[in-house]
Amino acid sequence: MHFADAPASLSRYCSAMSTQLTAVDTFAAQFLAGARACIPVVLSVAAYGMVWGVLARGAGLSLLEVVLMSGLVFAGSAQFVALDLWTATPATLPIGALIMAALIINLRYLLLTATLRPLFRPDQTSSGALMMGIVSDETWAVTMLEMQKGRGTIAFLLGGGVLAYACWMLTTVTGHLLGSAIDDPATYGLDFAFTATFLALLLGMWKGRGDLLPWAVAALVAIVSSHLVAGSWYILIGGIAGSLAGAMADRVRHVD
Amino acid sequence: MWTSPEALAAILGMAAVSFMVKAGGLLLSNRLPRHGFAAAWLKHVPGAVLASLVAPALVTGSAAEIIAALATGLVFWRTRSLLPAMAIGVLTVYLARLVLAA
Repeated sequence: MHFADAPASLSRYCSAMSTQLTAVDTFAAQFLAGARACIPVVLSVAAYGMVWGVLARGAGLSLLEVVLMSGLVFAGSAQFVALDLWTATPATLPIGALIMAALIINLRYLLLTATLRPLFRPDQTSSGALMMGIVSDETWAVTMLEMQKGRGTIAFLLGGGVLAYACWMLTTVTGHLLGSAIDDPATYGLDFAFTATFLALLLGMWKGRGDLLPWAVAALVAIVSSHLVAGSWYILIGGIAGSLAGAMADRVRHVD
Repeated sequence: MWTSPEALAAILGMAAVSFMVKAGGLLLSNRLPRHGFAAAWLKHVPGAVLASLVAPALVTGSAAEIIAALATGLVFWRTRSLLPAMAIGVLTVYLARLVLAA
């Protein structure tokens, strides 16, 4: 190699290196960015996790059952409802009702994970489906906000998901171990953390007047159905009504 | 006692249906058209779901929750940042409950 060529080949070598590094770097950076962006919502997950752990102990779940349910089911609202149905004696455990309740309460995830489609290429969706287990309301919403800013990646979703999962496991187990030694989060206003973060996330999604109609329809339908139908059906009903209203309004105005 | 076959069956069943709906949403959306009405509908789902999550909680809340919601909204509008918005919301609801209960 001529001495004069050295800088050129060196820079070629460096740029090849950096392309390779960028791929790794982007995944790691996006993963960390997702985890960092989810810190506020994970605080709300932690508050609920503690409460669930305490209540689970009261409902008669063993520590192993807490670990299994938090680790395998990983769905806060479904786990709360399960505690109402749980019995300390195995013989009277309503297995069918527990499974049915989990299915009904989690039906809203059909809507949530459907909106994650833009993160995946069409040929990636089967492997992507396997990642959906780690999605929760909180990390979904943060990723959605990121996607609306024209960013958002699979790594970002996973970073938030892994953080929320670790936090849910840690706090539900802690709640079970410490039991009633833990104060009710409502004492410190922490019960409001969920409403506050989701309100802020909603405001962050505002794009313009086109959002007014779907949001108003969703809010009204959700309020009415929360009074008429027991459980969390109102999220699904309001979400479907509002989004259909938005799509119909777009059609009338010939947007899209 | 560690666990029972009944409890294990219930937990595994709950896990299976939870995973099925979570994975099912993405798999079903992959079959939806990427243009036209279905795409427009999917675009409006996130906002509509979030509005449905938040609205009933705000309507059934007490004065303390309404004040805290306004504070949360104001801070988020000024900072565009989740953490301060949530922190102010929690602090406001804590203080408002103290004041309103007194």
